Amino acid sequence: MSKTIQRRDFLKSSAIGSLGLVLGIQQLASATTVTKLNPSILELEINPFIIIDTLGNITLVNSRPDMGQGSTQAVPSLLAEELEVDLTKVNIVQSDGRAKYGSQQSGGSSTVRSLWLPLRKAGAAAREMLIEAAANEWKVTPSQCYAKDARVYLKDSGKSLSYGELSESASKLEIPKNPKLKDKADFRYLGKYHKRLDVPSRVAGTAVFGIDVEVPNMLYAVMIHAPGIHTKLVSVDDTEAKAVTGVKRIFASKRKMPHTEVDAIAVVADNYWAALKASKLVKPTWATEGAVENSDDYFAAMHKEVVNEGVNAEEKGDFNAFYKFSEKKLEAVYETPFLAHAAIEPVNATAHVKEDGTVEVWAPIQGPDGALSQVSKYLGVDAEKVKINSTLLGGSFGRKAYMDFLMEACTISKEMNAPVKLVWPREEDTAQGPYRPAMLSSMKGVISKKSNIAGFHHHAIGESIMGQVFGWQPPYEADSWLSGELSEENHKYDFDVHKLSYSRVKTTIPVVWWRSVYASNFAWGQESFLDELAHEAGKDPYEVRMDLLKDSKRDQIVLEALKKAANLDEKLPENEAKGIAMFRSFESMSAACVHLIETEEGIKIAKVTSIIDCGMYINPDQVKAQTEGNIVMGLSAAIKGGITFTDGKCDQSNFDSYQFLRISEMPDVEIVIIENDEAPGGVGEPGLPPIAPALGNAIFNLTGKRIRKLPIEMNSLV
Amino acid sequence: MPLLWVIRDLIGLKGTKYGCGIAQCGACTVHLDDNPVRSCQLQVGSLSKKSKITTIEGIGTPETLSKVQQAWIEEQVPQCGYCQSGQIMSAVGLLNTNPNPTDEDINAYMYGNLCRCGTYDRIKKAIKRAASQPEAAQTTNETK
Repeated sequence: MSKTIQRRDFLKSSAIGSLGLVLGIQQLASATTVTKLNPSILELEINPFIIIDTLGNITLVNSRPDMGQGSTQAVPSLLAEELEVDLTKVNIVQSDGRAKYGSQQSGGSSTVRSLWLPLRKAGAAAREMLIEAAANEWKVTPSQCYAKDARVYLKDSGKSLSYGELSESASKLEIPKNPKLKDKADFRYLGKYHKRLDVPSRVAGTAVFGIDVEVPNMLYAVMIHAPGIHTKLVSVDDTEAKAVTGVKRIFASKRKMPHTEVDAIAVVADNYWAALKASKLVKPTWATEGAVENSDDYFAAMHKEVVNEGVNAEEKGDFNAFYKFSEKKLEAVYETPFLAHAAIEPVNATAHVKEDGTVEVWAPIQGPDGALSQVSKYLGVDAEKVKINSTLLGGSFGRKAYMDFLMEACTISKEMNAPVKLVWPREEDTAQGPYRPAMLSSMKGVISKKSNIAGFHHHAIGESIMGQVFGWQPPYEADSWLSGELSEENHKYDFDVHKLSYSRVKTTIPVVWWRSVYASNFAWGQESFLDELAHEAGKDPYEVRMDLLKDSKRDQIVLEALKKAANLDEKLPENEAKGIAMFRSFESMSAACVHLIETEEGIKIAKVTSIIDCGMYINPDQVKAQTEGNIVMGLSAAIKGGITFTDGKCDQSNFDSYQFLRISEMPDVEIVIIENDEAPGGVGEPGLPPIAPALGNAIFNLTGKRIRKLPIEMNSLV
Repeated sequence: MPLLWVIRDLIGLKGTKYGCGIAQCGACTVHLDDNPVRSCQLQVGSLSKKSKITTIEGIGTPETLSKVQQAWIEEQVPQCGYCQSGQIMSAVGLLNTNPNPTDEDINAYMYGNLCRCGTYDRIKKAIKRAASQPEAAQTTNETK
């Protein structure tokens, strides 16, 4: 039985997190420390990520919360590979937000690509220290020794010492600055198929998610939020609600978001059902102040910007002049809606603001470091007095990196002077946001006399996540996140004349990153419009892309793999069609083909083929799993309803009104991973962006109908 | 009180999950007399003393997993795993009544269980794998 993060280990691990010297992974040259846990066992923190006690128990730290992407195994794999230990024989714990672990944010598909070298170096440094300690013991040179399976051996002798026996002397040695990393050919974990050791707990129901945390004497809370951003609480009639057995208190509160705050009502009880039941019996009187914002208002404001240019992010040549003097040209506007993350585990947090001035929280959050600084700042409590327990996340997709709910739990705990678990009912989770922003792509293209796609202008329009969430978006610059994703350097299409511009249209509707961030919005416009231009030029969409990518062999390899795997040359019957798209995001490339079959029952998505080039990776099965997930989430975003606001309120509330793909709608899937030695790229998100445009392009190829607005109503196509 | 909250907060078995509270997601699926039901909709007062309730904890433990759970491991189904207790309770119910389900049978029976991570393809494969196996001698799980 593996030791994954079970509850007992999880609670115990919190103690480990507070041990020892603060030693960042950038400071491997610094001294190490020895910390006594109890008189009989020494726990030695060789560096913040590796703890070996004198009995030989090895603990590896995962610094990136696991929301389903597999970081619980991926991060320790980097350490174990170089440390030469067996992952089934170590204890894995989650970091607690302290600075010594570096950035602990799961997001931006950054985990493996940012930790690939630092954590391998940490593992290798520890291995070299253990070997040196053994060499000192045997009075030989380190080159006469080698490490294997948590022991150091003296070559050509029967001698060996366990890591436990060596840990104390090893921890007193200087940390090597440039430890030697293993060759790829010798890898045992990296790039290899391994079953995830945390899976047994996830199929036995014993994995502890945020919602499962229990703290002694804990109270349970529901927060009811103002139905609209512009709604104020006038009064509350809680007579009936208070009469529910178990209800402790009902009081007015606030939800603080980066760009605004809204009124809310906290309902606290001694069990969750009582809080939930009472929350439905609370009779608030809300009043609306000033004009409300509907999603249609925001779309109208975005459409007004189509005639403008916006702020230039980049331009090659003079697009407007080129467009004006060209004969064959095209323009079109593409739309994507607001979307909810809709993780099945609703947002929740348990907090205990204690009388002694310390604070402890347990929550499914994407970044314990961000949680630590935000809770500390929010409550005005020194960070040293705040303890963050970062639990498993039952899905997140970006949502649980926005920690409004954690601050709410702190507010309620402080008010109640007790530990409190806050769980948003599903209806609040859906209707309160934050959401993936709705955006427009206003596209213009020019076809040369030789029928090449010579000019391309992507004018991105909509809210800036940077602007709304971080309050920083100068009017003279394009949002750097979207301009990065749409730049020529990123997509590699070599147009003669190219322009990328951005118009910010503000909204009060809360927005945030959602799986693949803006790539999920703008791949739709970029890749659909490229097909439009190809058809206008009388060329094959595949050939057009290959031609535009002539200077980027790596992208061409991805497309060629798609052609082969999806059998693009196959002659299809009239009732079938395929569409393709590709997009590069988070330093990885993905291309997809959607295969449609029309029957008497309508148009069916029969198969999706995805190619992913993420450079070197940790576990091929995890790359496939994430890409499968991206196909499902990408299709849901393409064909299921978005989030809309009417009279200032969200029109959707639960999974009956906000839907995503069910098992019966699941197409066949095929994933191909491109094998190369390129630096690791992202895995959790890059598979998503090409899905919607590949579907739109397939629909055009089947029906001749060009869809420019998401979501697509598949039933209305025939 | 709905059975879901009795199981989770009064008895303290946390494997059964809350997802929607309106029988739309299936995360709270348990067995009532061996048949899958949505525990968020089942008032505990409506149960008789003879009612047999089985939760995911009664299907198998990490040390002694059922063949369905083992098939879930072989296919590496879970991503976050939050919905998987409910998925497995439904799958066990399906195989109890239909030992060799077709794709259509699986789609119809598992329709009510949502997975936001998108593990549906692996769920189908795991159900078929489990269907092809006898209820195995229960073993522990190690990486092979």
